[in-house]
Amino acid sequence: MQYRTTSTSEAWGAYMARNSGGGGGGGGGGGGGTAAGAMGGGSDPLERIERLASENAVVIFSISSCCMCHAIKRLFCGMGVNPTVYELDEEARGGKDIEKALMRLLATPSPLPVVFIGGKLVGSMDRVMASHINGSLVPLLKEAGALWL
Amino acid sequence: MAGPSSMVGMQGFSGNTVIRSQTCFPDLGEIEESTAGYSAFSTCSPNSIFSLSNPSGVDVGVAVVPPFKHSRLRENIDVSEICSPYEMGICSGYYNSQKGRIMPDSMSIVNEQFENDGDSGIGDASLHTDTSMDVDKDDINQFMQNEALISVDSVERAKSQKGGQKTFHRLAQNREAARKSRLKKKAYVQQLESSQLKLNQMEQELKRMRQQGMLMYSGYTGDQCQKMAGTGASSFNAEYARWLDAHRQKINNLQLAINANVGDNDLRTLVDGVIAHYDDMFRLKSMGAKHDVFHMLSGMWTTPVERCFMWLGGFRSSELLRILGDSLEPLTDQQVMSVCNLQQSSVQAEDALSQGMEALQQSLAESLSSASLGPSGSGNVSNYMSQMAIAMGKLGTLENFLHQADLLRQQTMRQMHRILTTRQAARALLVINDYFSRLRALSSLWLLRSRNRTFA
Repeated sequence: MQYRTTSTSEAWGAYMARNSGGGGGGGGGGGGGTAAGAMGGGSDPLERIERLASENAVVIFSISSCCMCHAIKRLFCGMGVNPTVYELDEEARGGKDIEKALMRLLATPSPLPVVFIGGKLVGSMDRVMASHINGSLVPLLKEAGALWL
Repeated sequence: MAGPSSMVGMQGFSGNTVIRSQTCFPDLGEIEESTAGYSAFSTCSPNSIFSLSNPSGVDVGVAVVPPFKHSRLRENIDVSEICSPYEMGICSGYYNSQKGRIMPDSMSIVNEQFENDGDSGIGDASLHTDTSMDVDKDDINQFMQNEALISVDSVERAKSQKGGQKTFHRLAQNREAARKSRLKKKAYVQQLESSQLKLNQMEQELKRMRQQGMLMYSGYTGDQCQKMAGTGASSFNAEYARWLDAHRQKINNLQLAINANVGDNDLRTLVDGVIAHYDDMFRLKSMGAKHDVFHMLSGMWTTPVERCFMWLGGFRSSELLRILGDSLEPLTDQQVMSVCNLQQSSVQAEDALSQGMEALQQSLAESLSSASLGPSGSGNVSNYMSQMAIAMGKLGTLENFLHQADLLRQQTMRQMHRILTTRQAARALLVINDYFSRLRALSSLWLLRSRNRTFA
């Protein structure tokens, strides 16, 4: 399990290097200096969510003190998956925005934990469990490259 | 067994092997013809089992039953026609539970023997020790010796007066024994009926007590909330009891449908009905959890034994699959794999939720412990209040956990329904219902036992 904060320069730098492709985007945050501004206060939280979600095979937005989030982390670890976890309450900035955006996205007052697999939104705990029980979770994980067996 | 049964192949006959298919209750006229065969009956080994193929397919062990119509006995009946109680014992021991169709008047002794032996289909020497026969061993042995002496040729001798007296004595004894057995049977049946009544009464009482007990429990939480909690919990209990009755009814219909070999379409309707009814229960539970989550978690709405096996307010979905076990055979390879995957994923989901609950308990304990609250003093009231608020928030997630657990159960049932064929699903539902009703029966028995011990 990898705990990430959205504003570590390393993550941002790696992202930029990977995704900027032929563009000149590397100069923006590649050096890793302006980590604080890297995520950009002005950028749309939904966009940020999308970006973060597409970074890794399995991405979980969670709250460190939430026990349901703990349960969902245990679920993935129990399956042998290594999810990337963003603790929104530990975010230096923008965590609240992301939470609000997720609230809107899932149309529920308490959306967390939220799981993205292969960049696609899977949903909250109930959706994850339902897809696990009906057998659709494992193929999804394999497709995203999170599971090999 | 419909009506008189035929004899098919008899073993152990010295001399005349009689292989015939004839009714066991031939007219007396026929007896004279067949005496030769019967005379050698005494040398029959007790363990010969004569099986009869029965149109209904039921395996019926049928014995050679001499036509002991004691009501039509005449003086000149051959000794050889008389079957000693020992032999009657062997005969009756072979009858299965369809004895009701045997002609009652001639089979009174036979019936009694059967009842005492239950379903043991093998006649062995122990049969004749049944007390209802009232014929002691010596008599039997002596009689057996007498019989052994009689060969085909000695039939004539048996027709003498002396033989007649002996047989008359035997007949009288048998009549006595038959009468006694009938009386005993009557007494036994009466006893059964009265204890059945008693059991029903006790179950009613138990139900009432339990409901009262649950009302008391649910009113335990605080004065102000008492009414609320009371209404919530007791109303859930009432609703659940109603659901259970409806469920039993549906399961009965399903059982009848299976027995009647209805078509797949009709069966599917019934199965879908039961599954939809389970959905009703989950909806009930979620409403109950909104009113009183602790009542749902405590399991006081269910029986003690079920409570013992409870996990997060209900049954374990992985347990469900284990209950089904082999009863779903035969399964296709695809189905086997799906069931295995389902088992694995339900276990993983259960573990995840269990760990989440543990984390909840730990964090709750932490937030309430003195370490985090600091020394109690007026200055720390706000600290205390904030910690309490945090703890309240954490408690709020309990409902979510309960909800997720119920969802897991529901999903597992739905997936089972998807994997199995209609017939398999029907059988599975019956097996599951059997299991839970046995748990409930066990609870009732246990409570009765405790009650008896208290008041004994």
